[in-house]
Amino acid sequence: MEYVFHWNIVFQKMPQLLHGAFVTLHLSVSAMLIGIVIAVLLAIAKMSKSRIYSLPATIWVEIARNTPALFQIYMAYFGLGALGIHLSPYVAVLSALIFVNAGYLTETFRGGFQSIPETQYNASKSLGMSSIQVYRYIILPQMFRRIYHPMTNQFVWSILMSSLGILVGMNELSGETQRLQSLSFRTLEFFIVAAIMYFIITKFVLLSASLVSKKLFKGDI
Amino acid sequence: MGMSLFTPLSWNDSGFILTGVLNTVYISLVAITIGTVLGLAVGFLRAESNRVTNTLLGGVLDILRSVPLIIQLILFSTYIGAMGHPLNPFAAGSIVLSLYTMAFMGEVFRGGFESVPQSMVVAGRSLGMSYWQTVLYIRLPIGMRAVFPSWLGVALSVIKDSALVSVIGYMELLRTSEQLISRTQQPLEILLGVGLFYFIISYPLSLYGKYVERKMAI
Repeated sequence: MEYVFHWNIVFQKMPQLLHGAFVTLHLSVSAMLIGIVIAVLLAIAKMSKSRIYSLPATIWVEIARNTPALFQIYMAYFGLGALGIHLSPYVAVLSALIFVNAGYLTETFRGGFQSIPETQYNASKSLGMSSIQVYRYIILPQMFRRIYHPMTNQFVWSILMSSLGILVGMNELSGETQRLQSLSFRTLEFFIVAAIMYFIITKFVLLSASLVSKKLFKGDI
Repeated sequence: MGMSLFTPLSWNDSGFILTGVLNTVYISLVAITIGTVLGLAVGFLRAESNRVTNTLLGGVLDILRSVPLIIQLILFSTYIGAMGHPLNPFAAGSIVLSLYTMAFMGEVFRGGFESVPQSMVVAGRSLGMSYWQTVLYIRLPIGMRAVFPSWLGVALSVIKDSALVSVIGYMELLRTSEQLISRTQQPLEILLGVGLFYFIISYPLSLYGKYVERKMAI
């Protein structure tokens, strides 16, 4: 059997696909930014000596790391629905991605922070720096260098995983592709184009990240 | 909540859930096994080959790692269907998941092979070992031990990613639970059970990975 490709319909629907790609980017950037903020708090809580703070942070991290993202999206969409909390597909996918990002980034941040020896803190203090100066000029720049690559990877992961929006009828790239192909039955064509778009988005993000890192770290990483 | 903790799911459902559990374990094991074997070959090729082969091979692996798994699954099963050779969901899912696993394992093993100092291989050769003997008795055992924690990390993510094979109709755990949810309308209890299952498999293994990593660091 020979399959005849029809690309015209895909090109006609390009604006919708591009909009889907935009939603994908929008979704993963938001999930990343909010995830970073929560991860900083969780990392601080996790390093706390008091279990009241460290235990909830540990539970969050371990659940996020040890269950599938699809499970978390179902939990946000169907599970919370059972409790009377009805989230839109966008909010459900967003909160699931935030939850996972925060979990993984917490460990990244904690590892980055703990990789800086305490002696550097003491040395800087003895040179007369204030605590804020020590963090601003000594600890955070080094830490940032170490967490930069894991953070980039996490961002790429969010972009790829946002494709799970297809399962709750979201209008990001995959969901939009699914909807458009169901109208025209050109399944292969639409998904091939979607795959190419994901590839381009991912490569674009990785390329920009490496350009930024060259600028930021002047090559010494 | 106004909801009983005792789920009205009947015991008759346990066989159904068990099928889902076994199918998840089954397809994960298949993908991890095939993905590891192929990844080993690909990693070795990448560590050994010249620039041209490396770029070509790297490009293919790059596509597998830069396109969402869910899209790969849909594309592959639609493609073989359109070509007139439809595969059952298990076969199609295993092929895609194994290749996806291979793409990640390949990078892990490549790092492993490259982590073995050249001097060791030279030493082996000067002791009269053949090329393949140095691969088999020096580079493989030393390189693989070094990347064991990363291998475990990839294997764990494959178990979690196997949930996505549900989109092409494979009755793994998440899909069986989805069907139970639509019948019983009790998403919370069922999903919590599903989450617990993944957690029970994944958490001890991730602890073990951390333990090995710490032991190797010292």
